[in-house]
Amino acid sequence: MTTELSVVAPPAPAVRHAEPRLPVPYRVIARWPETPDTVTLRLDPVAEALADFVPGQFAMVHCFGRGEIPVSVSSIPTTGGLAHTVRGVGAVSEGLCAARVGDVLGLRGPYGTGWELERALGQDVVVVAGGIGLAPLRPLIRDAVAEPRRHGRVNVLIGARTPDDLLSKYETRRWATAYTGVTVDRPADGWSGEVGLVTRLLDRARFDPPRSWAFVCGPEPMIRATARDLVHRGVSGDRVRVSLERNMRCATATCGHCQLGPVLLCRDGPVVGWDRAEPWLSVREL
Amino acid sequence: MGAITQATAVLDRQGLAALVAALVAGGRTVVGPTVRDGAVVLAELTSAEDLPFGWGVELDAGRYRLTPREDGAAFAHSAGPQSWKAFLHPQREQLWSARRGPDGVPTFTETQPESRTYAFLGVRPCDLRAIAIQDRVLAGRPPRALDSARAGATPFPDRGYRQRRRGALLIAAECTEPGATCFCVSASGGPAADGGFDLALTEVVDDDGHRFFVRVGSEEGARLLDGVPHRSADLTTESVARGAVDAAREHMGRSLPPLDLRALMGESLAADRWDGIASRCLTCANCTMVCPTCFCTTTEEVTDLTGDHTERWQHWDSCFDLDFSLLHGGPVRASTRSRYRQWLTHKLSTWHDQFGSGGCVGCGRCITWCPAGIDITEEVAALAAERDAAADDQHTAHDDGSAHHDRGPQP
Repeated sequence: MTTELSVVAPPAPAVRHAEPRLPVPYRVIARWPETPDTVTLRLDPVAEALADFVPGQFAMVHCFGRGEIPVSVSSIPTTGGLAHTVRGVGAVSEGLCAARVGDVLGLRGPYGTGWELERALGQDVVVVAGGIGLAPLRPLIRDAVAEPRRHGRVNVLIGARTPDDLLSKYETRRWATAYTGVTVDRPADGWSGEVGLVTRLLDRARFDPPRSWAFVCGPEPMIRATARDLVHRGVSGDRVRVSLERNMRCATATCGHCQLGPVLLCRDGPVVGWDRAEPWLSVREL
Repeated sequence: MGAITQATAVLDRQGLAALVAALVAGGRTVVGPTVRDGAVVLAELTSAEDLPFGWGVELDAGRYRLTPREDGAAFAHSAGPQSWKAFLHPQREQLWSARRGPDGVPTFTETQPESRTYAFLGVRPCDLRAIAIQDRVLAGRPPRALDSARAGATPFPDRGYRQRRRGALLIAAECTEPGATCFCVSASGGPAADGGFDLALTEVVDDDGHRFFVRVGSEEGARLLDGVPHRSADLTTESVARGAVDAAREHMGRSLPPLDLRALMGESLAADRWDGIASRCLTCANCTMVCPTCFCTTTEEVTDLTGDHTERWQHWDSCFDLDFSLLHGGPVRASTRSRYRQWLTHKLSTWHDQFGSGGCVGCGRCITWCPAGIDITEEVAALAAERDAAADDQHTAHDDGSAHHDRGPQP
């Protein structure tokens, strides 16, 4: 009986604190293009698994012979494994985008802080994503819409440069939210949706600012504009959670690259409260 | 522990030679100061004869010269171009290697850190503090959870550093002759070794001979001392030694202004002085290479011709390098102004937030080895003067808003 049970039970996730800088092999079991330069890879451990990720955390993803980059987790399937969404902009990320089903990558993690949606219990939720910034927010949105009674109204606001740059177009329509808005900076032929900055959608979102939490990810100017707008509307700065990006080499708080003023983003971020982040993002080239 | 730190003794030159011989015989790699290439460098010593007996140094901003000494002292020089991080946190280190099998699955193999057991001889009190600071960064826990319960909860120490550090024996040499670029006293340190050593030596050369007043800092230090010829400390040697260290406190070549430097840095992010520094700074990274606390590293991937074998190497990096802050779209800190500001504000201010202590020990190396002679103490004083002048302007300003112009936030 016990033998049978052990066959169906998933393998216990290994916690690898002994050598946090050694990657663990993960196989690409599915791959789908999100946009012309962005790919989502569904990954399963070849043998040993990493500890569980929470939405907002990231892994260092290794492309054999090229190097490794930090990538936020874009899906945490209940069946195990995880997904990463990668935009090809450099040697490593282009190598990852070119990975095929069956290829094996190296992963280490989980690193960093999570979104901590659980702190928004009973409150309205405003998710604002710019471009590939939707990827780290996707597992948070899924959690929020999966259990609608845990929160007030859930809003998802998505912006992208062009219609081609929108991620998860099919999934976006299926999310049962109080409001889902999509806007692009530059419309293409056939685009009948909104045009303009994502902050314009805040007028349509349904939330009570003093009783709301916001989760924001995207390019830094978009984060600044969105967070300031939210605070202006009455959302408390510490309830505006933003995910930030800096160069990262080790992810173990020892290489010094991801400093942003007083914090190391791999350890104290990437998700931080806007009340703390605002002074850092207000100084040019900090 | 208290009793151990009270134990004292006196070694003569033969005693010191026996000490080095005992360490070598015990299988340790003994590293200490020695003269090479016109400088006092840190290198492996085969015997005490390798120490720089009869050599001193003459320092200034952008200047370092060896000078012969009549008294034959071995530890009368101040900090040289290297620090102990070259051994504890080496310039290049392989982290792991990986081989891709016929099935395409890579096997990642951790590289065992080089496992030398070091004895460091002649560690200056500033460098003892620097080692303690790097311990916190590379082998310790972050000071506190910063944002959430999860932040900072898991320490990820540098395994190689911790292993080398754990095995290292530290023999301090207290300072009796600070150099012209030294400012440890104003960096909340001093010429005396406060702790963190196994043995602390204070060199005394006078009519009674060449000898070393020894303080014991650990049980291992006590055992080591027991194994070599020594005598109990006499009052004269002790008082001469302690007097010389006390006097050194008064002879610092430079000083940081006695201000809350954390606050000063935080209030100076928009200062004009950074542009003045940038007009002189070559962004050569010398200051970060010679700094005993600068710890930043980058990684690189090295593959062989088959493409099936790859190695991950870590090596020193510098915040003065453009690539250091590279993101998609370019470097975050493109200007020299912003890179020098990052280095100085990190050292004096944000280091406290990140690791619970400051990052400057006042060793003066960054001043000595800056090819442009940029002097950190002078720059800090200039930033303080600029802040004070701006505050005065505000007091005397009229209501036309012309007085204080901040660079201001980005839109």
